Amino acid sequence: MSYARRALAVAWKDLAVERRSKETLNALVFFSLLLLFVFQFTLGGDRERLAAVLPGVLWLGFVLSALLALGRTFLVEREHDCWEGLLLAPGDKSAIYLGKLAGNLALMLLVETLVLGLFVVFFDIDLGRALPGLLVVVLLGTLGLAAVGTLFAAMTANVRARELLFPVLLLPVQVPVLLATVKATESLLLGEPLGAVAHWVKLLAAADTIYVVVSLLTFDVVLEG
Amino acid sequence: MVRIFGWFAAISLLAGLVMAFGVAPREVTQGNVQRIMYVHVPLILASYVAFVLLAIASLVYLVRRDPRADRVAHASGEVGVIFVGLGIATGSIWGKPTWGTWWTWDARLTSVAILFVMYLGYLLLRGTIEDPERAARYSAVLGIVAALDIPLVHFSVYWWRTLHQPPSLMKPGGFTGSTSILWPLLVNLLAFVLLYAYFVARRVRLLRAEAEATA
Repeated sequence: MSYARRALAVAWKDLAVERRSKETLNALVFFSLLLLFVFQFTLGGDRERLAAVLPGVLWLGFVLSALLALGRTFLVEREHDCWEGLLLAPGDKSAIYLGKLAGNLALMLLVETLVLGLFVVFFDIDLGRALPGLLVVVLLGTLGLAAVGTLFAAMTANVRARELLFPVLLLPVQVPVLLATVKATESLLLGEPLGAVAHWVKLLAAADTIYVVVSLLTFDVVLEG
Repeated sequence: MVRIFGWFAAISLLAGLVMAFGVAPREVTQGNVQRIMYVHVPLILASYVAFVLLAIASLVYLVRRDPRADRVAHASGEVGVIFVGLGIATGSIWGKPTWGTWWTWDARLTSVAILFVMYLGYLLLRGTIEDPERAARYSAVLGIVAALDIPLVHFSVYWWRTLHQPPSLMKPGGFTGSTSILWPLLVNLLAFVLLYAYFVARRVRLLRAEAEATA
């Protein structure tokens, strides 16, 4: 099998498992709904204040659900010796990373679309003209989160205190992505064109490139033994 | 060899101290409190040296699988985190009388704070993995990711309004201040880099002894 085929096989396997069990997806959607309640309760009903913090809150929702989703990336492989099976697959191991990344990306984008929809309904935000730009920012930001998240998930999969260690490692590294996405979302929701946040978009693209390339190069090292 | 490093560090620290108080002029507006710069700036710069060397040692480990490289990375991480922590603390002490606040979310303060938590996470990861070989591999990967993240962190926080005085040592056009400030600063910088080297050398020796004891 070619490299791309192997990566696709891993991604397809993960998505098929998820489609049949809906284990992660159901819990994530429910979790996001609960987050909305929590935001509403803690921030109060004041419209103006809510509008000011909305980009931050939106990304807080994305990040919290990403932490839950990404941290589980390799847990499905622990049962029935799936882990060993994956490792025994011939060829470059970084194909496994790409497949896992693609699966994670698909899952997260699905959840984020739902969360964004809920935000529109609950907080009455007018996406309007901001939507195309917002899609670019969300796509790039999610790729950054998922790229490092998938690598770190592999590293913390067999470590004590995994649930604690994963966010503690991921969040500091993701500060550039968070700053860029929140700031860009803020400007876009204020009606500015995508060109006004070009510097943030470029930063996100640079971050994504660095994260994906480094992960591809080091994934082999993480998997051995 | 290690002891010589220690003596050089001690002598240059003493010289730096004497120069910071004796040679360097009293700052006109800030007064004597400005002299904390001669500790604050070298600490931060030496920690950057530590993190860069950590990344290089991590890379060397991944290529050569030499446990010595891993020990250097480990020791550099510990010393670097301590230096950044002390740098933040001295900066706070300097900031209170001059800016009127212990802490502010200014660009450079923020990026240093992020470095601090990032490498705290690095040490945390090291601490939770028992198998030394696996700990070395994972930490090396994290050390490389973190080092590549430094410029991204820097640029992303740079686009905020900054309260910090602009860098005086390394800026376009070179240093323009008085040499009576420059020399004490450089001597202190040398002193803290030597101190870093001494700490790392001691820690590496200790790590090797630990490895031999458990092997």
